[in-house]
Amino acid sequence: MKASSGNTLSEFAAGARDTIPMMVGAAPFGVIFGTLVTASPLNLWHGQLMSLAVFAGSAQFIAVGLIAGHASFAVIWATTFIVNLRHILYSATLGPYVAHLPARWRWTLGALMTDEVFAVVYAHYQKRPAGQTGPYYFLGSGVAMYLNWQLWTLAGLLFGAAFPGLQSLGLDFAMVATFIAIVVPQLVAMRFVAASLAAGVLSFAWQGWPYKLGLLAAVLAGVAVGMILTMIETRPRTQERPQ
Amino acid sequence: MNALTQTLSANYVFLILGMALVTYAIRAAVFVLGERLAFPPLVRTALSFVPVTVLTAIIVPMTVSPHGGGAELTWRNSQLVAAVVAVAVCIATRRPLLTIAVSLAVFFFWQLVVVA
Repeated sequence: MKASSGNTLSEFAAGARDTIPMMVGAAPFGVIFGTLVTASPLNLWHGQLMSLAVFAGSAQFIAVGLIAGHASFAVIWATTFIVNLRHILYSATLGPYVAHLPARWRWTLGALMTDEVFAVVYAHYQKRPAGQTGPYYFLGSGVAMYLNWQLWTLAGLLFGAAFPGLQSLGLDFAMVATFIAIVVPQLVAMRFVAASLAAGVLSFAWQGWPYKLGLLAAVLAGVAVGMILTMIETRPRTQERPQ
Repeated sequence: MNALTQTLSANYVFLILGMALVTYAIRAAVFVLGERLAFPPLVRTALSFVPVTVLTAIIVPMTVSPHGGGAELTWRNSQLVAAVVAVAVCIATRRPLLTIAVSLAVFFFWQLVVVA
């Protein structure tokens, strides 16, 4: 893994270049996030700080919604935890490709992992043997995505501040549209549809619970529905074997 | 800036740093702990349902009862109408940006022209 400085730079650039389509895709989300902040109790700089420190689109959207709904901090942190749990699957998948790197690299690359960076880096690493992959491609992709997110957050903050009337139009629908566009392509089997519907209906039914706890309970119930259906689907196969 | 808004502002910084810590811990855990963290298949299955359930749980109350109170299952509810359009467009095209653009257009049209 002794890469020359020329190699280092070209790998970094390749990672950044391959991330460009994702950067374009994330731009509207950054703008919408920034605009939502201007319509919330947060100051503009809080919005930028959130993008700088948290760097997680869905969690940031949800936090702004919850802040506007006066949720408790504990609920916002718990929701952040649940929403970002999917990153564990990403790092488990990429783990073998970074395991040989020094700890400071693993801390750094972990911080930069988002849905988009995972998709780009995994597509690249997949073609290479684990243990022989350098950190610079991953770093290039992550840094490009990070800077992109800061830029579009700032654009959204300035846009929202310039047109303060936007909030009365019901801007939070932009968040609804964004989430629908993320959820629908993931409903690839009935068990996902059922889990999603259960979570949605229960979340509506339980929205009066204090501190928005109904939201977390609805998510747990939806996950339970999904797991039960997964077990029912896989059971017949295991029963056939002994016969 | 008076004392109250100053306290509130500091609180939000605390909130944001807490969110950052939670997110970073999740992202870096596997990389840093390595093989000491193993995920049984049951946990992986549970995790695979988290994204769709969280996002749906957030948007259903926002669209069905946009004003907080009871359900507004009527054509005058712009959020609901545009959300149904978004789902339909997304199923038909699978294109996220098109879904967002079309449903936002429907939402603003409904809000500013049809209902008003």
